[in-house]
This record gives sequence, C-alpha cells and structure tokens, in this order.
Amino acid sequence: MGKRVGLEVTVAVAEAVALCRIDMAGVYPITPQSHIAEHLSNLVADGKLDAEFVTVESEHSAMSAVIGAAAAGARVYTATSSQGLMLMHELLPIASAMRLPITMAIANRAVSGPLNILNDHSDIMPQRDAGWIAVFAENGQEAVDLSIAAFKIAEHKDVMLPVSVNIDGFQLTHMVEPVIMPSQEEVDAFLPPFVPHATLHPSRPVTMGAFSMSDYFTEIMKAKDEAIKNSKKVILEVWDDWGRQFGRNYKPVETYLAEDADILMLTMGSMGETAKIAIDELRGKGVKAGLIKLRLWRPFPFAELAAVLKNAAQLIVTDRAVSFGGPGGPVFSEIKSALFAQANRPAIYNYIIGLGGRDVAVSDFVGMFETVRADKAKAKADTYEFWGVRE
Amino acid sequence: MNIVENFDLFAPRLINKKELFSCGHRACSGCAEVLSVRLMCKALGDNTVVASATGCMEIVSSMFPTTAWRIPWIHVAFENAAAVASGVEAGLKALRKKGKIDDRYIKVVGMAGDGGTMDIGIQALSGAMERGHDMIYVCFDNEAYMNTGIQRSSGTPMGASTTTAPAGKASSGQKTWKKNMPEIMVAHEIPYVATVCPSYPLDFIRKFEKARSIEGPSYIHCFSVCPTGWRSPSETAVSMGRLAVETGVFPLFEVENGHYRMSADMPKKLKPLRSYFKPQGRFRHLTDAEIDAIQERVTAEFNKLTQKAKFL
Repeated sequence: MGKRVGLEVTVAVAEAVALCRIDMAGVYPITPQSHIAEHLSNLVADGKLDAEFVTVESEHSAMSAVIGAAAAGARVYTATSSQGLMLMHELLPIASAMRLPITMAIANRAVSGPLNILNDHSDIMPQRDAGWIAVFAENGQEAVDLSIAAFKIAEHKDVMLPVSVNIDGFQLTHMVEPVIMPSQEEVDAFLPPFVPHATLHPSRPVTMGAFSMSDYFTEIMKAKDEAIKNSKKVILEVWDDWGRQFGRNYKPVETYLAEDADILMLTMGSMGETAKIAIDELRGKGVKAGLIKLRLWRPFPFAELAAVLKNAAQLIVTDRAVSFGGPGGPVFSEIKSALFAQANRPAIYNYIIGLGGRDVAVSDFVGMFETVRADKAKAKADTYEFWGVRE
Repeated sequence: MNIVENFDLFAPRLINKKELFSCGHRACSGCAEVLSVRLMCKALGDNTVVASATGCMEIVSSMFPTTAWRIPWIHVAFENAAAVASGVEAGLKALRKKGKIDDRYIKVVGMAGDGGTMDIGIQALSGAMERGHDMIYVCFDNEAYMNTGIQRSSGTPMGASTTTAPAGKASSGQKTWKKNMPEIMVAHEIPYVATVCPSYPLDFIRKFEKARSIEGPSYIHCFSVCPTGWRSPSETAVSMGRLAVETGVFPLFEVENGHYRMSADMPKKLKPLRSYFKPQGRFRHLTDAEIDAIQERVTAEFNKLTQKAKFL
C-alpha cells in the first residue's frame, strides 16, 4: 500500500505519470499546468524517470510530437491548459482518428478573452467533438488515480483512443492535498506494458494519416464513433480493476445522497466537493437534496445518468462554460437532450457558475437549491442563468 | 563533361535499385517533386521513417486505401511535419534505448513544401532544429502553394504570377523577394544544410547520404520544378531545374558545420536569367527592365554566396 503524503496536485500527477513509466513527454509551459511539466522534467533530470522529455516550442508542437512518438510505439504524455489546448485543437481529432493512445492532463482554465488564468471549463468544452475520452477529477487523489487509469484505458486493444484527464486549474492543480501515492510495484501490477497495434518501424512499414475523400470518410467517422462508444465497457472494467486493487472506486456517474432526493444538483470537477457541504447543510434542515457528479464527459454515460435521475422532481445542472447564443450551458444541453425521451424526467434548471475563477461558495450552492425549491409549480423549468452575475 | 550527361551509364551502378516510393502515385506528369521524393528514398534506404506535411506529396501518395510508401510514413497536418518528426525521433530513441525495439539505426525525415516550411511550418521547423533532433528536414520547394491552386508563398520568386499575386495591369506578380530559407537554417547552426535539385541526381543523392550519416539535424532545400504551376511544358521539368542552377537562381551548395562549399555541378559562368524565365508562363508578363532588375539581384546574391564559399 502506498503512503499518504501531502503533495501539490500537479506534483502528485507528475509522480503518478512517472510511475506509469512513460517513454516520452512533450510539454509546453502554460499556467496552471506548468508545474506538471516542471516536475516531470525534474524526475528526468534526476534519473528517476527514463523518458525523452521534449521541450517543444508550442502546444501545437507538443501534441504533434506526442502523436509522432505514439505512432512510433512509445507511451506518451502531455499536459496543457486553456489557450494551449485551443492551439492543439486542430490536432485532437487527428490523434483520435489515428487511434493513438495519448494521455493528456488538462489543467482547466478560462479561455481568453479577456485573458484570464483562472479556472472554468471553457477550454475543454470546445474539444467535445474531438473523439477524445474525457474524464473529470474532483480532488488530488482522483487526479492521481484517473491519470494512471487513463493509460490503461487509452492503450487497451479495444479502445486505442486518446484520453484527457481534466483537473480544475488552481482550485485543484495548486492545492496541497493528502494523496495516497501508489508504489511502483502496485502500478506495474495494474498497468501492463503498451503493446501497440502498428508502429512507424521499418520492420513492418505502414502508412499512417492517409488521405481520404468521400468514398471512405463517412465510414471512418462512423468507425471512430463506434470506437469511443465501445470504450465505455473498458473504462468501467479498468476503473473496477483500480477499485479492486486500490480500494477507491470510480463510476461514470457518481452520486451523493441522491437515492431519495427530490432535488438534485449536477457538477463536473472540483466543485462537487463544495456542493456536498451545501447538501449536508440542506439535509440538516430536512431538505431532500442530493448530488450527481459527472465524471465521464465523453463517451457520455446516457444509461447511468438516466438511472440516477428516475426519482428526482427537479435537477440543477451547473455549467462552467458558456455556449454563446446557445440553448444553455454545454453540460445542460447535453443532459437535456439525453433526458428528452425519458418519461417523468425532472424539471431542469441551468446555472452558469464559477467563470474565470469566480468563487462559488457553499452559500451559493444553498442559494441555487433554495431558488429551485421555491419553484414548486416548476414554472421556471429550463431556466438558464448566470448565477451571481452583476447586471 | 558533366557526369550527369552520362547518367544512363553511371547511374545503374551507383544508385539503389530498390523503389521505396512506388509507381502508381497520382502526381502530375512531369512533376519534379515526386522525382525528388523517389531519389530521396533511394538515397536514404529502408531504415527511414518519413513524417510528411499536408501538400501535393501527401495527397498524391496516400489516397486511402492505397499508398506509394514502402517505408513507414506518417502525415498529421500542414504546419507540423518537423514537430511530428521530432516526436517520432524521440519515441524511437526512447524505445531503442530501453530495448523495446531492435537496435537498428533509423533516420527520421520531416518533409513539407515551401508553404509548409517557410510560411506555416517555420515555427515547428525552427523548434525542431534548435532542439537538435537527429533528423533530416526536407523542403520540397516548388515556389507556391501548388496543392491548393498556385497561390503565392514566401518562397515564390519576385515577379512570378500566382493566383493570389497575379500579374495584371497594375501588378507584375509577386512583389517580394524569395525568402532565403537555407540561410535561416544556417543561422540555426545545425551540422548540415544543403540545396539539391533532382536534375542533378548524383549530387542530390550524395547530399542525402551525407545528411543521413550526420548525427543531429540536417536541412535540405530541394528545388522542385512544377510544370503545372509554372505554366511550362511537363517534359521540361529536368531541363528547367538545370536552367535554375545554371543561371544562379538556385545555386547548389552545402554548409557543413558553418563551412560553405559550392557543388561541383555549379557552372563557372552563369547563364543569363532570360533563358530560365522564357519557357515559363509565370514570368511571361515581365518587361525587360523588370527582368534586368531581377537579374541584378540574382547576380548579387550569387556573388554573396560564392564569397562565403571562397575561404574554405
């Protein structure tokens, strides 16, 4: 069993990645990701990690380089945030179409403009349709566990897709948290060596990234959609493996006091922990409040979500990004369409919260619950509001 | 007598017979670029991995589910061939060091056109060269964005008519001098920079072989005549390349650890620029005065280069 230690989350994530014995990392500095890159380079410099650490000149080249190395058969890693992720955007669907198992940490940060270095989810949301598996961590322990599990998911022969592990910038990345770090032996037992299907090696020459017009393109897109849908089975297996070995269990949709709740709130990422405190407070007053934490953003867990929503009358969906001119926040739109055909679906309320690092206190979550609870006639269902905005 | 004139006599014995870039690709007839790629593969041999940018060579060689490549090849995007190549190099290096692949030496090549190198790809290229990856980067320069339809690039020569810098009543085509990409690479202080033209196959192959033998980054700038984009007859691809060299428009030279050397194929006396411009539709609109001005620049640039090569 690993030791429980106090570590900054970025450092813990870098340590976890080193335990995965990566062959190559290509990283470009950006706040609030940089500490991952710095700590990985320290581990290489100290001879604790035997990997090629490529200090590229941009995030575009970071993603390009890890694509190249993954295609060569290496276990690769990168990390980025915000503008860096936006610069990588062009390459994300290419990485997934080439079925390259790349693991990437995203220290979620607001996208400019105006320039802002603090946390929200406006960087990951525009990457929704890139064909990447996307998971969200709520605390440092989850960031460590999900990072290690990400390699196993990505490299599984029935998956072969890139995975992003989303870790809220500053709120999570820069916290010093108690983390149980697994030992090298434990990670070695959990994570088998990467066995690539095809590589760029002269012993068996292959052409990767071929040109395709209308005769095959639709079929290739369909195949990619099937691949990511099918990945859920493996994601569940790998997280179960993790639970069996380490005693910490992960599900695509997790809940807190949701079973008997009349009113549920849905969060993604680190805000779930604050929302939990608000729920405890409300439960103390006799309010049947509960929480849904969406851990798996892609592939979207439709069945799991429907299963936990069958009893509640009202659902608050929080969004950490804006879909300008759209029907609501990106998570809200997704949940609403997922539940559209379901009989007895709850009335859904959407609050945009915590943009650009705006603090969302326990009292804010209580306030959201109280506001929605007051709407007994559900007259305000489908509300879409920026919570706490000064107008 | 130039050795190339006896090519039929010498070449079969000197050049790798193996075709690593196969026939059946979809390049235009008379494409000097595809000829260059074929020669490059012959020079570098089996143990080579190519990372190609988006462009003519990518689309003509990799139409799914076919491929012209008999060596490992990857294409990712337009501006990142150098970055992808650097990743392949780093990946192979790590795997070889850890004994996860066999111990053979593999040379990684990044390749792109003039747009993919001098314009959109220059950042990734500069980064890869600065980091010192063990790779060869090749710019196949046909002096415009030919794949998208002959738009101007920073590699387009002064006065050439392209679809985005056309000749018209108020314009004489390209208004800027061609970017001196080999010199930019020399400024990176990499071990080897060379210019090649497939009209001189032996010089071409020798330089690629040298680049392969050098550990660290090499840059090769290949002059690739594009009859389609240059509005010249397709059978002139080789002769046009020779004229570019003979007029000093595209001098053949190499720079090894900072030392310049002119290639043996360079003529003692340059031909006038007009002989090179005349067969090409892209220069047809130029006035005598305009050609004279360009001639002056070509001569000056050539003299500058020979000065650098003088004190070897």
